Amino acid sequence: MKHAALPINVAVNGKARAAEVEPRLLLVHFLRENLGLTGTHVGCDTSQCGACTVHLNGAAVKSCTVLAVQADGAEVTTIEGLADGADLHPVQAAFQQEHGLQCGYCTPGMVMTAAHLLETQPDPDDDAIKHALEGNLCRCTGYVNIVKAIRAAAEQMR
Amino acid sequence: MSTEQNNPDSLIGASIRRVEDPPLLTGQGCYVDDVKLPGILHVAIHRSTHPHARIVSIDTAEAAAMPGVVCVLTGDDTGDLALRAPMLTPDMNMPEHPVLARGSVHAVGAPIAAVVAESRALAEDAAAVIGVEYDPLPVVTDAEAALEDGSPLAHEELGTNHCYTMKKENGDVDKAFAEADHICRLHMKSPRLVAMSMEARGVLAYPDPIRNELTVWMSTQGPHRSRADLANSLGFPENRIHVIAPNVGGGFGSKGCVYREDVLVCHVAQKLNRPVKWMATRSEDFLTTCQGRDQAMTSELALSKDGRMLGLKVRVVANLGAYLHSATAGPPQRMLVMAPGCYQIQDVRVEIVSAFTNTVPTGPYRGAGRPESVLNIERLADKAARDLGMDTLEIRRKNYIQPDQFPYRTGVNVVYDSGDYEKSLDEALRLSDYDRLIRMRDEARERGELVGVGVSTFVEPSGGAGFESGAVRVDRTGAVTVLTGSSSHGQGHETVWAQVAADLLKVPMESVVVRHGDTIAIQQGTGTFGSRSAVMGGGALATAAERLVAKAKAIAGNLMEASPDDVVQVEGGFAVAGVPERNVTWRQVAGAAHAKGTPAGMDPGLHEIAFFDPNREAWGFGAHVALVRIDADTGELTIEKLVLVDDIGVVLNPMIVEAQVHGGLAQGLGEALCEQMVFDEEGQPRTGTLMDYAVPRASTMPPLILGETETLNPFNPLGVKGVGEAGTNGAPPAVANAVMDALSPLGIDHIDMPYTAPKLWRAIKEARKG
Amino acid sequence: MHPASFGYDAPGSLEEAFGLLRQHGEDAKLLAGGHSLLPAMKLRLTQPEVLIDLSRIPGLSGIRTDGDTLVIGALTTHTEVATSETVRGLLPGLADTASVIGDLQVRNRGTMGGSVAHADPGADLPVTLTALNASFVLTSSGGERTVAADDFFVDFFTTALEPNEILTSIRIPLPSTPARTSYAKLPHPASGYVVVSAAAALTVDGGACTGARVVLGGVGGTPHRATGTEAALVGKQLTTDVIAEAARQAGEGIDPHADSYADEEYKRHMAVVYAGRAIEAAAARV
Repeated sequence: MKHAALPINVAVNGKARAAEVEPRLLLVHFLRENLGLTGTHVGCDTSQCGACTVHLNGAAVKSCTVLAVQADGAEVTTIEGLADGADLHPVQAAFQQEHGLQCGYCTPGMVMTAAHLLETQPDPDDDAIKHALEGNLCRCTGYVNIVKAIRAAAEQMR
Repeated sequence: MSTEQNNPDSLIGASIRRVEDPPLLTGQGCYVDDVKLPGILHVAIHRSTHPHARIVSIDTAEAAAMPGVVCVLTGDDTGDLALRAPMLTPDMNMPEHPVLARGSVHAVGAPIAAVVAESRALAEDAAAVIGVEYDPLPVVTDAEAALEDGSPLAHEELGTNHCYTMKKENGDVDKAFAEADHICRLHMKSPRLVAMSMEARGVLAYPDPIRNELTVWMSTQGPHRSRADLANSLGFPENRIHVIAPNVGGGFGSKGCVYREDVLVCHVAQKLNRPVKWMATRSEDFLTTCQGRDQAMTSELALSKDGRMLGLKVRVVANLGAYLHSATAGPPQRMLVMAPGCYQIQDVRVEIVSAFTNTVPTGPYRGAGRPESVLNIERLADKAARDLGMDTLEIRRKNYIQPDQFPYRTGVNVVYDSGDYEKSLDEALRLSDYDRLIRMRDEARERGELVGVGVSTFVEPSGGAGFESGAVRVDRTGAVTVLTGSSSHGQGHETVWAQVAADLLKVPMESVVVRHGDTIAIQQGTGTFGSRSAVMGGGALATAAERLVAKAKAIAGNLMEASPDDVVQVEGGFAVAGVPERNVTWRQVAGAAHAKGTPAGMDPGLHEIAFFDPNREAWGFGAHVALVRIDADTGELTIEKLVLVDDIGVVLNPMIVEAQVHGGLAQGLGEALCEQMVFDEEGQPRTGTLMDYAVPRASTMPPLILGETETLNPFNPLGVKGVGEAGTNGAPPAVANAVMDALSPLGIDHIDMPYTAPKLWRAIKEARKG
Repeated sequence: MHPASFGYDAPGSLEEAFGLLRQHGEDAKLLAGGHSLLPAMKLRLTQPEVLIDLSRIPGLSGIRTDGDTLVIGALTTHTEVATSETVRGLLPGLADTASVIGDLQVRNRGTMGGSVAHADPGADLPVTLTALNASFVLTSSGGERTVAADDFFVDFFTTALEPNEILTSIRIPLPSTPARTSYAKLPHPASGYVVVSAAAALTVDGGACTGARVVLGGVGGTPHRATGTEAALVGKQLTTDVIAEAARQAGEGIDPHADSYADEEYKRHMAVVYAGRAIEAAAARV
């Protein structure tokens, strides 16, 4: 049975977006399919991998586990909205400098989680960084350079 | 390992930051699911819930009538459309591998019906209501059990579970065993692992009926091989298929072959004349993408009482799963070339027996037979030392192939190019402060703690499986393009090939662009797997670059009115030897090459292609040392120190090499600590989601020390060996040996990986019970 | 994966929500943070007809003290609990519990009420809240009732909530002698859910234990009061030996289920180990 579409208004990367969406539409699909913001990835179906992480009202969340209708009235930041124009966010820059990515698939989620972490905890030690990354899986890097990059970004941002 | 470059003037060896990163860091990457085309149809697949059953009936009526559904296909519609694997032996048994089940299913997850709909959600709605009536059949999941008389058959129609047997024998094995003072025996199983690339598999096919062409975006490690496989399965000309590997979110071996969904999606697209897409969900990926390992190894090592290894017998029983993909039967064969490891054992008998079971097909996964082979010989070496009361280092040193013996023909009739195994062992011991580790262990043991130190020293063959292509083209303005058959999916080829080309051509790296992953753009290719890119792709690129420079020198000589023999490369171009003011730039040479400036008899243009095949693998090696602690009360294993020394010849980009070691290591530690795909006796997967199957997280990674030695590969133009699988091959046996060392006071002499806390706790408890 | 289609309503008041519950009956499910419900819906393990999203109802979120009771709104996120100075100061064991649920993103979105009402036997909060003798305020159009944790969790995924009720807040008593609280968890290496966990709330006077609630997670369908353990603590000085003996009692009278990771015997032993760790940590709090 198909259910009526509902109107939502979401500010995505600072831009007001209005749409009519099915209640079952997940935020990640709204971003990817309705808005074409394909930087947010889907890596699992059990809310484990964190590839879909975005900021919802400033907090890192898994956009595969949020309905688009739940985001009505909210502000969403995706990986596409993190850099300030041509200037990479310090976390993005540090990921390149410290070689914190290989295939790049987990990277947007990693970067968004890290950016949120550093906003709430400007000086995390390695254990705190690893704890914050429990919900982000990477299969390429062994996390070594990701942790290094987040540490470097923290220093840069302080 | 230093990330500073060895020669400050050389781009080769420099830790250049990756040029592929900015789009990936800003959400501008383009993976298969990101490709936008108008009017894409979506496929969802109804899959078997039974591991083995005859299909009595399939009811698709309700699904076909649902909103947005374009059509529902079953095996009756796709008929003979199937995957075909190569015959490896004349009498190899090969089950049918239809894209949709035809009458029976042989593993949970086998595709039964495909729904094509206007959206993925609608396709899933319809796939969920398809009704299948099954007549369940007996099930076998374990390969050793499958080979026993009276075992249930994974495929009834084959009449056997046996796929193929291969043997290799050298010297006089029976004599060696008859003369031995001691025979060390070990039976081991490597856990079945899931590749779990972060991007699950996916395919998008776009048919062009007017031009009779088919464009396919695939998450693949080798677009050219995929193109040929698609052509064979579809019966559609290879030269009318355009395969594009866009950004690929990891593969680790599992994306080297074509899968049923790939063929199915192409078929549906051509049938409906619409673009069609299928993306695996993570759950589907767990049930359908080739898994790794799952080999049982029964070995005997014949020894003299002073620890000389006299002879080796290995029998491998490999679990192939239910169906044969093009590479499924490959990994077990690694033992045929690696069984003796780094030791001088000339009397060797290896037998590989492979079997079908009602489980997910296996295939190459990072290491692809190497980790099993290394585990086998390195566990044997350790156990042999224990049996003989020898030091585990001494037995290794005593049996190593010596540096002056290379190239060395091993007991399985394979030639190792180069090596110095004691050098890498000594470096690992130095970096680990080994004597101190042993002291710490002994003191801890005095206190009743379970602490162990383990070493593995290993060879790592890289660069096999055919040729690789590389081309270098300099266009009219002097812009340099590298066209590589090595399809990168995270390895950083766009950066490293630009480094290599810029270095060899003496141009700024920024003027080089690297293209890959596209069967129209790239001449030909084999792909990226088996630690082969640096060796094979690099070898092809270096060869092409050498040819290009030779031609450019001739043109430059023509322009400077000098003999080509007197022309030398200078930064940015060429000069007459000893007369630096007589010079031309690459731009001038390229311009001439495209405007009648080539010497008489020489073709115009500046575009050299090399198909590179050294007909041998490159034998990297290394030594890894682990210090572990086991909490006897919980079974929890902590790796307190891990030292990895790898010798891969010339390092092209230390930053990237180091990260390859990190990544390979993480997957190796996954195998050692937590990963295992489990099927219950009824054939149902027990670990089919990320809720059950544990992959390493950031917190899993132990403190690391990386080191290197450098022994050049004399058979490669760049002197390189592969590194992608080093951490996967060497670290798990080091951890295994350390765990067994820790448990040795309890009289435990072997436990199979993964070393989960409940498993170790149980072993400790039972050992203490006596 | 896409959940099956459903209707959605986000009432602006509890009254509206009760009306929707009446209207849809068993076809409806309440949506709080969604971090238990939505994953199950994506795998189509559950297919409700209608979701009633509670997040737009004012007043369901927040942490406050009400006399000698700590009151936490049902829609308060795990992150809010984990980082609350109030919670950290009064009940550090509860803050610790909230900080090890799922992962950072899950904690940012998941709610205390959602976790409690879902009653997953692998969840963390039910364990600690039972140890803290929390009670749950269940509101319906007819008024509200308060059910103690000991009575609230009935079985696997089953609670005392009636279909017409909404869990609106969690009330935790703050006795005049502050309890020393802690939580120790063995997480599943894949899911992060509880394999075995233990929460302890102890009151100590002059070195002697005057009151103890020790609760185990992961050993059955509901949080399990380790009454033998509690009895072995009360009236004793909390020495290493006393704690070890009390912890040993935690392995008695439980019936843990084997899964693909751990067998029954391991879980039983871990109950002892983690009860010991929780008690030690609680005893060490000042």
